[in-house]
Amino acid sequence: MSEYAVEMQNVVKIFPTPEGGEVTAVDHVTLRIQHGEFFSLLGPSGCGKTTSLRMMAGFEWPTEGEIYIDSKAMGRIPPYLRTVNTVFQSYALFQHMSVFQNVAFGLEMENVNKAEISRHVANALEMVKLTGMDRRKPRQLSGGQQQRVALARALVKRPAVLLLDEPLGALDLKLRKEMQLELKALQEHVGITFIYVTHDQEEALTMSDRIAVMSQGKTLQIGTPLEIYERPNCRFVADFIGETNFLKGTVKKVDKEKVTVLLTSLSKEIEGLGQGSFIFGQDVTVSIRPEKIRLADDTGAGALKGLENFLHAKVVRTAYVGSDTRVFLDLGKDIKMRAWEQNHVSTLDPDAYYAVGDVVRVYMPIENTLVLPEG
Amino acid sequence: MSEKKPALWLRIFSYLVYLYIYLPILILVIFSFNTQKMNIRWEGFTLKWYEVLFNDSNVILATRNTLIIAFVATFVATVVGTLAALALQRYRFPGYTMTETVLYIPVIIPEVVMGISLLAFFALINLQLGLTTITLSHIAFNIPFVTLVVRARLHGFDKSIEEAAMDLGANEWTTFKRVTLPTIMPGVLSGAMLAFTLSLDDYVITYFTAGPGATTLPLRVFSMVRFAVTPEVNALSTLWVLTVFIILLTSQIIQKRQAQN
Amino acid sequence: MADVQTSKVKFSFSTQLRENPVAQGLALISPTFLYLLIFMILPMLLVAILSFMMRGSYGNIVYRFSIGNYTRLADTLYLRILAYSLGVGLATTIFTILIGYPLAYYIARAPTRQRSILLFLILVPFWTNFIIRIYAWIMILRTEGFLNTLLLNLGLINVPLDILYTPTAVLIGMAYEFLPFMVLPLYTSLEKIENAQLEAAADLGARPWRAFLRVTLPLSVPGMIAGSILVFIPAMGMFVVPDLMGGAKTILVGNLIRNQFLVSRDWPFGAAASMLLMILTLAFTLYYTRKAGFGGEELLI
Repeated sequence: MSEYAVEMQNVVKIFPTPEGGEVTAVDHVTLRIQHGEFFSLLGPSGCGKTTSLRMMAGFEWPTEGEIYIDSKAMGRIPPYLRTVNTVFQSYALFQHMSVFQNVAFGLEMENVNKAEISRHVANALEMVKLTGMDRRKPRQLSGGQQQRVALARALVKRPAVLLLDEPLGALDLKLRKEMQLELKALQEHVGITFIYVTHDQEEALTMSDRIAVMSQGKTLQIGTPLEIYERPNCRFVADFIGETNFLKGTVKKVDKEKVTVLLTSLSKEIEGLGQGSFIFGQDVTVSIRPEKIRLADDTGAGALKGLENFLHAKVVRTAYVGSDTRVFLDLGKDIKMRAWEQNHVSTLDPDAYYAVGDVVRVYMPIENTLVLPEG
Repeated sequence: MSEKKPALWLRIFSYLVYLYIYLPILILVIFSFNTQKMNIRWEGFTLKWYEVLFNDSNVILATRNTLIIAFVATFVATVVGTLAALALQRYRFPGYTMTETVLYIPVIIPEVVMGISLLAFFALINLQLGLTTITLSHIAFNIPFVTLVVRARLHGFDKSIEEAAMDLGANEWTTFKRVTLPTIMPGVLSGAMLAFTLSLDDYVITYFTAGPGATTLPLRVFSMVRFAVTPEVNALSTLWVLTVFIILLTSQIIQKRQAQN
Repeated sequence: MADVQTSKVKFSFSTQLRENPVAQGLALISPTFLYLLIFMILPMLLVAILSFMMRGSYGNIVYRFSIGNYTRLADTLYLRILAYSLGVGLATTIFTILIGYPLAYYIARAPTRQRSILLFLILVPFWTNFIIRIYAWIMILRTEGFLNTLLLNLGLINVPLDILYTPTAVLIGMAYEFLPFMVLPLYTSLEKIENAQLEAAADLGARPWRAFLRVTLPLSVPGMIAGSILVFIPAMGMFVVPDLMGGAKTILVGNLIRNQFLVSRDWPFGAAASMLLMILTLAFTLYYTRKAGFGGEELLI
């Protein structure tokens, strides 16, 4: 058994532009994807995730670097000789063929005999819950059904790796959420490696074993959803995944992983966990997610004794969303923050919730206050 | 545009125009059954002109020639033209603009010009005028039309189905055969039909490249009209109209049925 | 899965072709290009060269460069033929616009379901042979033809109308032939006009006729231009209709060229006339496509 299912080693892809210039779509990307992993490439449009996927499939060749599938270098091997299969964003179903013929196509290419084909196709359709649809034509199916046919068509070949290019993009929200769960369940059931491209960070967090966050051709961070969410290593990742508050400052003291930062506008010092190595005087961004903030009345009393990291703020707006209350804060000097307070208490008493105009303390627990390199 | 009821005069005018369009055909058909030779006065119903037609060896020969030429020219032009359409739609190469321009020339140029050019050319290379030269000429003016039609249908072709086919194990040739070709087939057939019709109908270019021996249906009809006017021409015309109408209707029905599926 | 090793043997050729899209494109286009080069470009070049040679006394070609043919064309006789051809082309175009515009307008305003049928009905007669259609008109317009017989019997005229073998007949025949080429582009153009624009015009106080003149008509101009290209140029080069319906009096450039090649056997002169026609055609096309922006292809299909 080879070490990794798919590996990208220092891959670069440069495209010529129509005006005669060049654009670097993938900029020295190195990835190692484990067997049986659900691995997502996440990032905004143009970040290089789709190009990376296409290079794995064989539709593009790396300008530099190498792609390994099952530890074999792919070089310029065409798609039809690779043991990976793709589910396309537009489904790319063969309109002139029936569902059965679509799913059978890949097996025909392998010269499997008719009886076997029938069996495999039936299994595949059952796996995606489309039994009985084999005679239909693609245009007679709904979007969700077409998507499943595309899935069945790729899976029936039992590839070692399945590549999925934003397969749920065209579906409505409810269907998308359902399919996310189904896809994840399917992957666990079949046990093959899924490499999934998406720009939807919630989707990536829900489904993936690991995520590679990409931007402008580079991988910024690779890790589990937990790692990516709780310990983003740079501003972009912290911002792209979930929501967060940013505060600018400079480094005042470094004590192993604890970094003391002087916040620029507010002239207050707070402590946080450094993501990376820092030196005195370095410009940094402090990041804390809204749900990690603890608010308290500005009296110093209460259960929040023991936490030293806090700032003063005034409540400018609140939004009650049922499970939590969104509190929008103004810290003065044009600095704004957001805090999500979970609604533990069950009461109809309005005074139990923060009101506009209240002055509060914004406690930032150190383990959730991250110091990120600026830029 | 809106669907308000149009003014009365507009409706009458339009119906008159339709009359203008159909009158000649109707008269043609009606008088093909006339006993009287001068076909103005209606004398009586007869099928004798159709009999004459079916026994007319010249007409039969001409029909045979026309069909052979049309089939051959259509086949070659369709294959070559489809490849050209694919080339123009998907690739960029040196000479692209020049090729595009060259392709538009037969569409725009008066047929006389093309006819005499080919005549001069065949004379130069000492190729005897006959069915071969006619066919070669027909292919020349058919190719651009096929290319045009197929190209129009290639717009909006989703390339990802070709990638999907390759992804599933089909090499380039198999992909073309099993996926690309079937998908563009309606456009290709449209182009072929157009080429066939143009070939069937062509008079001018055929006239110049036929020489003394060969005859096609349009040429035969012309000389019949010019020199030997009898209702036999009407009979021929009626049959022709009927055939074309049936073919057209069938193709429309097939198209509609395909669209419904 | 195919063995990666063995595929490496075939690797190089197909990879080369696959790697080089330019080569692929050239490969696909070459049959067409070569064919048209041989059977269209070459012949036309030949004609161009021919136009600068002269006819020998025995009907052969004297291979000496001369512009004699062109100076001969400048003779009033031929200029008159040219002017006449232009006139016929123009008249045909105008006539087809006059007849075709209301028809196109009518169809564009018809219920959507009916439109394709109405268009189909226009095309049906035109799928029959061109010569046959002209013959039908001859039957109608002859001295003892349908029209005259009808009018005589109805007592509307006393003497048969002399229509056939006059320019009028040619015009009727030409307009008949070219009508669909004008109606279809016009229809496409008119159909695209959003109803909202007309409603806006009405809302702003324009009566139907003014709305037509100021909104509909200008917006249908691209259709008219496309139609004109499709009518004017072929009409100029027509020789069949004048030949059959116009009699000896009507000679167009097309007839002239034909006569030179097949009757008088003065190929060089015919070539020169042909070059003239071609230049006019190209000039006209270039001028109009630059003006309209070439969208003619969709209108053709």
